[in-house]
Amino acid sequence: MVAATGIDYEALRLPATPRPDSEARRHPVVIVGAGPIGLATAIDLAQNGLDVVLIEEDDHLSTGSRAICFAKRTLEIFDRLGCGEPMVRQGVGWSKGRVFHRDGQLYDFDLLPEAGHRRPAFINLQQYYVEGYLFERAKALPRLDMRWRHRVAGVKVDADGVKLDIETPDGGYALKARYLVAADGSRSFVRKAMGLESHGQTFRDRFLIADVRMEADFPAERWFWFDPPFHPGQSALLHRQSDNVWRIDFQLGWDADPQVERQPERVLPRVRALLGKQAKFELVWASVYTFSCLRMESFRHGPVFFVGDSAHGVSPFGARGANSGVQDAENLAWKLRLALSGLAPEALLDSYGGERELAADENIKHSTRSTDFITPKSEVSRQFRDATLELARDCGFARGLVNSGRLSKPSVYAGSPLNTPDEDAFAGAMTPGAPSADAPIRRDGGEAWLLSVSGDDFALLAFSPSQQEIAALRAFSGGDIPLSVVLVAPPGAPDIAGFVRIADGGLAAERFDATPGTVYLLRPDQHIAARWRRFDAAKVAAALRRACGHAEGTRC
Amino acid sequence: MLKLDPNLTQADDFYEALIEAHRGLSAAQSGRLNAKLILLLANQIGDFDTLRAALAKAGEGIEPAGEDATLEIVD
Repeated sequence: MVAATGIDYEALRLPATPRPDSEARRHPVVIVGAGPIGLATAIDLAQNGLDVVLIEEDDHLSTGSRAICFAKRTLEIFDRLGCGEPMVRQGVGWSKGRVFHRDGQLYDFDLLPEAGHRRPAFINLQQYYVEGYLFERAKALPRLDMRWRHRVAGVKVDADGVKLDIETPDGGYALKARYLVAADGSRSFVRKAMGLESHGQTFRDRFLIADVRMEADFPAERWFWFDPPFHPGQSALLHRQSDNVWRIDFQLGWDADPQVERQPERVLPRVRALLGKQAKFELVWASVYTFSCLRMESFRHGPVFFVGDSAHGVSPFGARGANSGVQDAENLAWKLRLALSGLAPEALLDSYGGERELAADENIKHSTRSTDFITPKSEVSRQFRDATLELARDCGFARGLVNSGRLSKPSVYAGSPLNTPDEDAFAGAMTPGAPSADAPIRRDGGEAWLLSVSGDDFALLAFSPSQQEIAALRAFSGGDIPLSVVLVAPPGAPDIAGFVRIADGGLAAERFDATPGTVYLLRPDQHIAARWRRFDAAKVAAALRRACGHAEGTRC
Repeated sequence: MLKLDPNLTQADDFYEALIEAHRGLSAAQSGRLNAKLILLLANQIGDFDTLRAALAKAGEGIEPAGEDATLEIVD
């Protein structure tokens, strides 16, 4: 369907980019794969002044039914990349869901029960729209060189980075890069060409994914059924997407024949059983999937970084695939930026692997647990699953055990070497390594959001500092590391020249457990690096060095 | 801390009630009852370390003879 830009991104065909005449230059960063993760990485680098080459072997964006659930944190990242708003307008926002067992509802849930957030818990939006809006943003960045129908045919790590053999419709050429980002998906050519593997497990179950277009009055909620009357003995999942398209997952069991089950004469009766005999709908897409959880042992190999599906894969229950990939992109981009400017050591680049490998483990753990509950792995596993569902009807504790998907949340990099451990007492969720919470604020007399003021660099949030602390903040400098200081004060406090100043009605201070004088250091990816009850220039400078990967006690 | 010394207020009564609860049940029905019972008791105990110690104690002396049928390794 046509997007707000007037373009049908699913049908869009991009002309092959001509083969460059000469490629003597060694590019700072080459990215392979113009999916959502490659595009996000490229935009993040290019909007911060880096020259980026993005290579894509196809002549089109995503087609068919792929990722649909984009989480709040992902939308906040897309906001920072300058393309969140059109996605949220196009998508179907949702925060609530229901879980059913047989003919009754077990419980409902709300993933974002409080107000004061710019973005909902999730939007559902077909992947081609997400890629389309990322593509529009990418096109607007002059430093981003997108090359369509350029295929990587060889990868060689050399002393100064990576040398790629590229094939195009008008012949081949060599492309050199200081750093290579492999965003080329679960069957990554770069991974295979380097002799690397992604290991894990495949679940012995098959699922039918059917997208249907219809006018229906189901609410925009995630509905999950265990053993429903319309699909006995199996599970089903319903999501509303943009353009009145509904995604339905039907569990089929391991013995189902994938070729047979995706035929319309098999799919339509299943859909009709769910929607009722009278329902009028059109089948847009049907396919049969098997799910795997797997990951590479290491996401960094010298100058090559693996992001998204090339590095890790999860089952879809929990929406942890594309969402975790976008977090990979954001985690890597600022580190590449600082390393290429000579402001950070190799250790900062290593921390991409350290932080995102643990995040992948967390995502794999959650998605494996969900899949184990939905597809019990043995007779006794099924017995406990069924007992849990039976008890969940009238026992609250059992509802907490029912697992139809633990939905994507950003990882907290709790043990990261980039964090400075707390020395002051704080309550709440904003621990070192956690992604910063959002909150409504006012800036320059207008309504705004906390996450929109921190920008693409390090940020120091200073809550209601005293006159003395303001003087000390004014004298503070992060050295060569770009850093913005943001004063967070109650409404009506006087303006202070030379600072970004925002007015907080109280929610920001509450979410950060801030008292007058509290200071937070945010990394460029908006994760918290350090926090104190009082501003101390030497401590902030040390934390900043540490967050850039310098060993403790060394100078930038 | 997992208690291994006597802690039941009415040990013989409990044992009799446990067996009685399964009277007339098929093996599958007994399995269903046991599963629900374990979940209820686990919630009553609450503490994960105690539950993990109980799982370890219960598994003592049992050599795994089956294998996981659901998972396979992929490359």
